[in-house]
Amino acid sequence: MSDLLASDLITPDAGESPLLNQGSVSILKAAPIARLSFRAREASLKAAGSVFGAALPTTPLACETAVKRAALWMGPDEWTLLAPEEDLKEVFEGIEAKLGDEPHALVDISERSEAVIVSGEKAVWLLNTGIFIDFSLDAFPVGTVTRTIFHKSPVMVWRTGSDTFVVEAWVSFMDYVAGLLVQSAQELEAA
Amino acid sequence: MLLIYCPYCQVERAETEFHCGGEAHIARPADPSKASDEDWVEFLYMRTNTKGIAAERWRHNNGCGRFFNAVRDTVSDKFLKFYKAGEPMPDLEAIAKEAGK
Ligand SMILES: [Zn+2]
Repeated sequence: MSDLLASDLITPDAGESPLLNQGSVSILKAAPIARLSFRAREASLKAAGSVFGAALPTTPLACETAVKRAALWMGPDEWTLLAPEEDLKEVFEGIEAKLGDEPHALVDISERSEAVIVSGEKAVWLLNTGIFIDFSLDAFPVGTVTRTIFHKSPVMVWRTGSDTFVVEAWVSFMDYVAGLLVQSAQELEAA
Repeated sequence: MLLIYCPYCQVERAETEFHCGGEAHIARPADPSKASDEDWVEFLYMRTNTKGIAAERWRHNNGCGRFFNAVRDTVSDKFLKFYKAGEPMPDLEAIAKEAGK
């Protein structure tokens, strides 16, 4: 997994057994991570990126990664910043100190969502059981990140490898999302 | 299912990611305290309810979350143009002509 984007940041939770472990696809709970919602105008992006450690991408659906840092494009003035839990205070206070009175919003949303890592040759097939997005590598290359809807639940999907996706959902929706993924994957075994 | 193009994400996505916000380009009274009750009724409730080519607000609520505008034929449900919020209303007649209406 070392060639995966942000593999030093998004790691399987060692204390959890796999939600699904089939030959063609697996679902692993990701270890907790610090998540920050950042909203700002263009004038503040450079400063925020330099203190965060990864630039804030302005290309739609793009991400920028650095050692133990990832900045994900969520909208034209909105990013999700990822860092290890132990770096939360440093990142948060660093950005606040740097931006000072410049108009911006920085909110710790670490506890709002959970992530699972869906990987394997059938990962795309599995996600497409509940998401209407073309996940071919041309249309959705490695590094693409987007919010979308999985059946009835809002999710965030981030492609970190050609066969690997990080799927994030709100904590109270994760049972629904992971449950449907596991149930759908059983069709692969039955086939 | 309708496919809708988000001018911010610059991708076409399924209708289920979006929410329609009604008629576009309805300006809020510039000086609210001077607006009469009739002005407010006009602003809040009166809509063109076009049968044909209409400009509408849409929101990419299960995506980037942004509002944008779209021109849609309300009879055929075909989308004819997508543009960012704040951009002027396109020439609906020209769009209709181009679409053969
Ligand atoms: Zn969008």
